[in-house]
Amino acid sequence: MPLLAVRDLTIALPVGGRMVTIIDSVSFTLGAREILGIVGESGSGKSMTALALMGLIDAPGARITGSARFKGRELVGLPQRAFRDLRGREIAMIFQDPMTAFTPVYTVGWQIDEQIRAHGRVTRKDARARTIRLLGDMGVPDPARVADRYPHQLSGGLRQRAMIAMALSCNPSLLIADEPTTALDVTVQAQILDLLRRLRREYGSSVLLITHDMGVVAETCDRTMVLYSGIIAERGPTGAVFARPGHPYTAALLDSIPPLHGARPARLPSIPGSPPAPADRPAGCPFTPRCAYAHDACAVRPPLLPRGVQDIACVLPAEGRDLPARCATV
Amino acid sequence: MTAPLIEAQSLRMEYRVGRGQVLRALDGVSLAVRPGEVLGLVGESGCGKSTLGRCLLRLARPTAGRVVFDGTDITALPERTLRPLRQGMQMVFQDSYASLNPRRRIGDLIAEPLRVHRDGQGRRRTAADIAARLAELMDLVGLPQAALARYPHEFSGGQRQRINIARALALSPRLVVADEPVSALDVSIQAQIVNLFMDLRDRLGLTYVFVAHDLAVVRQISTRVAVMYLGAIVELGDADTVLHRPAHPYTAALIAAVPEPVVLPDGDRAPPLRGDVPSPIAPPPGCRFHTRCPSAQDRCRTDPPALRDPGDGRQVACHFPLTGG
Repeated sequence: MPLLAVRDLTIALPVGGRMVTIIDSVSFTLGAREILGIVGESGSGKSMTALALMGLIDAPGARITGSARFKGRELVGLPQRAFRDLRGREIAMIFQDPMTAFTPVYTVGWQIDEQIRAHGRVTRKDARARTIRLLGDMGVPDPARVADRYPHQLSGGLRQRAMIAMALSCNPSLLIADEPTTALDVTVQAQILDLLRRLRREYGSSVLLITHDMGVVAETCDRTMVLYSGIIAERGPTGAVFARPGHPYTAALLDSIPPLHGARPARLPSIPGSPPAPADRPAGCPFTPRCAYAHDACAVRPPLLPRGVQDIACVLPAEGRDLPARCATV
Repeated sequence: MTAPLIEAQSLRMEYRVGRGQVLRALDGVSLAVRPGEVLGLVGESGCGKSTLGRCLLRLARPTAGRVVFDGTDITALPERTLRPLRQGMQMVFQDSYASLNPRRRIGDLIAEPLRVHRDGQGRRRTAADIAARLAELMDLVGLPQAALARYPHEFSGGQRQRINIARALALSPRLVVADEPVSALDVSIQAQIVNLFMDLRDRLGLTYVFVAHDLAVVRQISTRVAVMYLGAIVELGDADTVLHRPAHPYTAALIAAVPEPVVLPDGDRAPPLRGDVPSPIAPPPGCRFHTRCPSAQDRCRTDPPALRDPGDGRQVACHFPLTGG
């Protein structure tokens, strides 16, 4: 049994008097010790998916349907009281901005102690010892001293490490990381990505990594799921998705990243237009208006179908017109 | 060699941050940008790249050193004398929404510089002149004419950045300083705007100073690159030379840290640089980078290296520059 099995998760929010679908029938599984990347542009629904799994969508009138089973337990429709028990202990989340995860008026160590004590009978002294050990594990230099500091006294990289320490304080089996490195400088980002890879090895955690950065996904995730406009465009093992993208959106997204090595293209291949607002999504494949391969068959929403090791929501594979493989540069 | 369009000479910028402490955002920065060049300024937060961009346009007044624009020393020019020169230098910012007054129509926003400044003959521009120029600008940045009558919130981030570029170009500047102009955009939109910057340079013969933290974007657009660390330039040279064969260990570490959209086996990844950027209030003695440098030696801890040419036309501030690469 996978750790997490999401099936047809659909989220609709009331906008201007009618229900607008934000996430449409998203299904995926996450195994033990696996890192799954959810990648997409702003508005693709990647953060909404995470918030739904944490029971954190509190918009009035929101309608969440489908199923999300975590260790066999249904999360959709779970009462808040039960969620509170799960959050922090079983499922933890880290965010882009650690300043919002910590309250500014207590020391970082106090807040991690509190989290440990809220979920188990632990003395203050034992909690602090565990906090210091965790901070040390996260690569924080001089963890005892850092524990006595307030969030604003730490650098961005240290705050992010402290937040990951807090998230891991109760040994959650699932860690949801929403753009955990977006606000960091590249050299610090590289350290945090290294840390996430280590977590899986040393803590056995499964990680759901949400990001807009294809590079971050390539470096950390075992499997990748590409969201576009609230639907899964493509998913599969990361190596395969990057080497042989099956959905024109994945391919175009990869092409539009300027290369760091090799020849500089005279012009960057770009995707025309911008993603549709949730209320204005076209009836068929939502990528049609921006797709170089759009044709009549795209007027009907293509189902997510297996193609080799990937699953692709596009009519091209069925028509025998696979996209060309990308040559891996470096 | 043509004369530089903009030049910084030993610029220093200091901010008092209380308790007698001084933050040295720029610590003796010199560089020159020639007409038609695109200089990419890269570095991590706090390295001084944005401060340098602002000093070049005299949006900030440096504590010491000189800024020379098109042969005129603008370091200490009073605002009145500076104003006519400002037509020749414009800026594009990262936050496309904050840069536009939400209560004014796009047409008004772009027309403002045309109303404030007089035309080449010293005359006020007529309404017809302005309307014609607005139409031209919309074509230039790839927006429909109808956009002029709409408000900033009606546009996506990429379109808003096009509007900001149109406004920056309204007075036909020669120099544009762009501070992280694409970093808030989604990748697919980012490529459109990078292409637009490159097209505009070709069509209008613009000179750019392009401030960005994304090395791949900088490589795509720049002819030359300056890498900054804690208020100083550590490496400066031809974009291909610096980014393909970095001589400074910091440049090499920055390049290695970029997550690339290519899947590599775990062992093939270089170990990340350790630690954080030290505080610019108390930068380390000697070479500023020695606390994080994988190849630091005793000399680096005491003796600050000066920028010098290792023999291939670039400048590098390192006692033990990398070779081969």
